[in-house]
Amino acid sequence: MALLEVDNLSIMFGGLRAVDDFNLRVEKGELYGLIGPNGAGKTTVFNLLTGVYKPNEGVIRLDGVDITGHKTVEINHDGIARTFQNIRLFQDMSVIDNVKVGLQNQYHYSTAASIFHLGSYKKVEKEYDDAAMELLSVFGLENERDYKASNLPYGQQRKLEIARAMATKPKLLLLDEPAAGMNPNETGELMKTIELIRSKFGITILLIEHDMKLVSGICEEVTVLNFGRILKQGKTREVLQDPEVVKAYIGE
Amino acid sequence: MLSFLNYLISGISLGSIYAIIALGYTMVYGIAKMLNFAHGDFIMVGGYAIFTCMITLGMNPFVSILIAMAVCLVIGVTTEKVAYKPLREAGSPLAVLITAIGVSYLLENLALLIFGSNPKSFTSVVSWSGITLAGGQLHIQGVTIVTILVSLAVLVVLQWFVHKTKEGQAMLAVAQDRGAATLMGINVNHTISLTFAIGSALAAIAGALLCSAYPTLTPYTGAMPGIKAFVAAVLGGIGSIPGAMIGGIVLGIIEILARTYISSQLSDAIVFGILVVVLLVKPTGILGKNIQEKV
Repeated sequence: MALLEVDNLSIMFGGLRAVDDFNLRVEKGELYGLIGPNGAGKTTVFNLLTGVYKPNEGVIRLDGVDITGHKTVEINHDGIARTFQNIRLFQDMSVIDNVKVGLQNQYHYSTAASIFHLGSYKKVEKEYDDAAMELLSVFGLENERDYKASNLPYGQQRKLEIARAMATKPKLLLLDEPAAGMNPNETGELMKTIELIRSKFGITILLIEHDMKLVSGICEEVTVLNFGRILKQGKTREVLQDPEVVKAYIGE
Repeated sequence: MLSFLNYLISGISLGSIYAIIALGYTMVYGIAKMLNFAHGDFIMVGGYAIFTCMITLGMNPFVSILIAMAVCLVIGVTTEKVAYKPLREAGSPLAVLITAIGVSYLLENLALLIFGSNPKSFTSVVSWSGITLAGGQLHIQGVTIVTILVSLAVLVVLQWFVHKTKEGQAMLAVAQDRGAATLMGINVNHTISLTFAIGSALAAIAGALLCSAYPTLTPYTGAMPGIKAFVAAVLGGIGSIPGAMIGGIVLGIIEILARTYISSQLSDAIVFGILVVVLLVKPTGILGKNIQEKV
């Protein structure tokens, strides 16, 4: 059984079928690419998967559980985390605090314990800090822990966003154009980071990307969307050489 | 000179009360992105709760304040759940604002119904008479000193809470990007309830201090201080906790000095005039963030 199963997913915006009859199977541990020209509906698919939009039709199953129509906060608890096309960090918070927000649901102490500074608060707060630092070190951000998120260089902000999403311990990680605006060096480094988190955490990743070097470099399978519909689906190498796909991307 | 110092101290004291009220305004605005115009009336509710416990039932002042905080907390959270949340989820900020004004009148008229329109004379919750300095020429009342200390303590505890606990961090996260916070698994509704709980409990403390310093209590006691605290929150930079504190104290000092040296009738006009000037010169307030366009 695939980790993520999407069947006949559609959403209408007014008269426009932004996503039409979308199907997807992502196997556990797979790195899957979602590509297509601008406006093809890729981010809309992410918004449907994370409950930001409710589909008009279709079913989304994660690990065999039907999560269609769940609220965004529940979907995070179900096991999907994401990053955003335009970075949406908590800009005024420190690097470590951004990650700690993601870790919130795994660490518990009562409000009373925090107010009265009880032992349980201090103990949990210590574990909480350690867990955040461990994640930051995976992304090479441990020395920037007290920087304000908005003061990080662009590439590191992208990494921090992935770290924050990973902090929620997802089964499936959605990356929305992680390499957007990066130079080739940064993209190369990002590819290493993505491969590293997959092998280290055994996580399944679905990513939207325009950078074909990144897609062909790390994705095992891809789906090509065009005008809200699936144009091609399959092994990355074969799909990228398909004449129809080439046509959709660069024209006749 | 000594009398100036005396006025300055009462200004800081009045300002400290505004600051505690403004903290409630600013937190709710920062996190729920709404102006709770009923916030001033939570002060009045707190005042009546303390009056009932302390004077009618003869309870200990400290216990009375704790009960009043609990009463305000329940009313604040209930108001949010019943009146604001459904409208907020319907995505109508203007309707929430109008509802808040409605809640304000509702609370005032309920108080009128229960306690009548006659002013209740309030006994100070602080029995300490204060200190006398400079060979008897400068007397500072106990309630003045307690007010200033309490507001400083509230500020320190709140700053710590917001920056050092997970609930506080959830508040900051929701304040900065509600959508992203939800997607990171933060329960926004829970966070907003908690904000209302804290703001309302603070209003009860403000009620205790306000009625101790100005010992008459009517159903409209909270209205004017509520509006002035809103001005203080805007002056300091709405959404900012230290901003609310600074805004409150600045406003209190201006009000007392204006009342003493310029005109007691014009003092309110001066206070609101300052709001207009600040908004013209620095629309984001003293500690307000520059609003950048999001890309």
